[in-house]
Amino acid sequence: MVDAPSYGVGTDWRRFEPVLLRLMDVEGSETLSVYRDHGGYTALEKALAESAPDELIELVKDSGLRGRGGAGFPAGLKWSFIPKDPSLPKYLACNADESEPGSFKDRYFIERDPHQLLEGMLITSYAIAAELAYIYIRGEFVHGTRVLERAIDEARQAGLIGKNILGSGFNCEVYVHRGAGAYICGEETGMLSSLEGMRGEPKLKPPFPAVKGLYGMPTVINNVETLACVPHIVQYGAEWFKSIGTEKSTGPKVFCLAGHVERPGLYEYPLGISLRDLIEEVGGGMLGGRPLKGVIPGGSSTAVLPPDKLDTPLDFESVAEAGSMLGTASLIVMDKTVCMVKAAANLAHFYSHESCGQCSQCREGTTWMAKILDRIEAGRGRKEDLDTLLDMCHSMKGTTICFLSDSAAIPTEAFIAHYGEEFEQHINEGRCPITPVERLR
Amino acid sequence: MRPVAANRGGSRGLRFGSSAIPFFDDPLVPFFTYQWSGDALVLDAPFLETLERIEARYPDRRSAMLPALYLLQERDGYITPEGMQALAAHFDISPMAVYEVASFYTLFHFSPPGRHQIQVCRTLPCALRGAGEVVTHICNRLDIDVGERTSDGTFSLQTVECLGSCDTAPMMQVNDLYYDNLTRAEIDAILDELRDQEASHTKRPGPDGY
Repeated sequence: MVDAPSYGVGTDWRRFEPVLLRLMDVEGSETLSVYRDHGGYTALEKALAESAPDELIELVKDSGLRGRGGAGFPAGLKWSFIPKDPSLPKYLACNADESEPGSFKDRYFIERDPHQLLEGMLITSYAIAAELAYIYIRGEFVHGTRVLERAIDEARQAGLIGKNILGSGFNCEVYVHRGAGAYICGEETGMLSSLEGMRGEPKLKPPFPAVKGLYGMPTVINNVETLACVPHIVQYGAEWFKSIGTEKSTGPKVFCLAGHVERPGLYEYPLGISLRDLIEEVGGGMLGGRPLKGVIPGGSSTAVLPPDKLDTPLDFESVAEAGSMLGTASLIVMDKTVCMVKAAANLAHFYSHESCGQCSQCREGTTWMAKILDRIEAGRGRKEDLDTLLDMCHSMKGTTICFLSDSAAIPTEAFIAHYGEEFEQHINEGRCPITPVERLR
Repeated sequence: MRPVAANRGGSRGLRFGSSAIPFFDDPLVPFFTYQWSGDALVLDAPFLETLERIEARYPDRRSAMLPALYLLQERDGYITPEGMQALAAHFDISPMAVYEVASFYTLFHFSPPGRHQIQVCRTLPCALRGAGEVVTHICNRLDIDVGERTSDGTFSLQTVECLGSCDTAPMMQVNDLYYDNLTRAEIDAILDELRDQEASHTKRPGPDGY
């Protein structure tokens, strides 16, 4: 074993030193020299020199690393699905199409520490025997695209990307592919369609991308943060990674804190930190000291939690038990001044705009959901509207090619479940009972 | 010429006699207004050279479709029917197949946007921090509605979905740059600065690469 790191120790969040974000505030953190000064690319050297690809897959499996892009699927297991047939070309696609409302972590990873991601991608490519890797970055991240391209150039000149990397005989090319503004391209099969130069429409699974992905070949798709964890696991071992977080949700996690908190931002803590600690201590408490009304724990696609769930530990299992999902761990905090009908309508409009239109349940469902919620908010709601909405939500779940339809139904259902009285008040009184607050300074 | 889009546009439609002119970004517009000509168009040599360099990154050159559309938009300001026809000839597909892809993505425009494209994030995390008021404030300052362009073509205003900057809400993107933690005073300063830039004919920063 190598020396234990000075950072990322234990489960006590108060004494936790960031692992993934440790270079974010260092001057020049996006350059190769600074990254190397902080021990960068030693994990790649170690992996290439000491481990067979299969050993790396086992190592990541053993670490318990779960996908950080929303679904929480074990990363090592995903890698192990790649067929071993040497005649098939294999691909790695990094999902940097971050567009989940509430999430902004991947943008920081790319802009502030691109080499950490590249190192993770190179190790992953080696583990799955991929010689071509793409980073699908969302089109709006123009600055991020430039930073990544510069980082790739630097790494290529240093012999870290290209032919015979570090003299190991392993070849790997990494390219940036810029999206063009479509949330659905964050869905893995939608992303592959887009990468192939088509409309970003998701495809039916199975076959899963691990068997038939990019250009019909085996492909691993991982989120930026997932890949950024890989070098640290290689460097310090699965046991170290497992010592952080909870038993089933291992490792450090980057939390995006947004909405009505005093200090919104990006924070890294072990999985399992409580919602209350994150909002009250890390986030500096509620904005203006106003009481909490609800919090969306994992990005806009997850169910809102009422204040009585404040003591929920933020790990995959506990959040699911509380009736929601950890998702991308992007918290949207809402105080008492928020009209929950308006909030639900805002998100419904998002999904209506982003539905790719292939499946009727989603195309029609999201559109009508937004219209009905707008109607309720405007005071023109009908008695039967809530039943209609719940009925629609039911038929939108599990009936479409991809998860977008479900992602629109889940939050709407939760808003109605927890704040049903407010919805009924809108309908009965024929107006929005919440007084609007001046928010822009 | 564009009554179809004006009717579809939703909020306001055409406003004759006002200082504002509508800026259409409805992808259905070209479907109704484009005149596809039968002539085969060719791409110029430097364009082709860049495109071929990008195509070499992929096992299948069709993957270069999005980069090609970006190149086209960078060259012409927006996606023109002629440009799509040229790409169709290059990729050996029908012009409608190119248009089918381009119209899927919100970053491709089918009519000239303002030289400064203001895109305000309207999604929940920004809305909680005053995005609605940002939009109203800009509308009032520029005397345009959402989806319109100022009569001098300097600014166009759109609301967009989450731009991944929720910690610094409310925020907006002007061309390639993010402006975050907006306040009324800051918005005014940004608009003034962009207008001054315009007056001194400063070149607009465009995306480099592709």
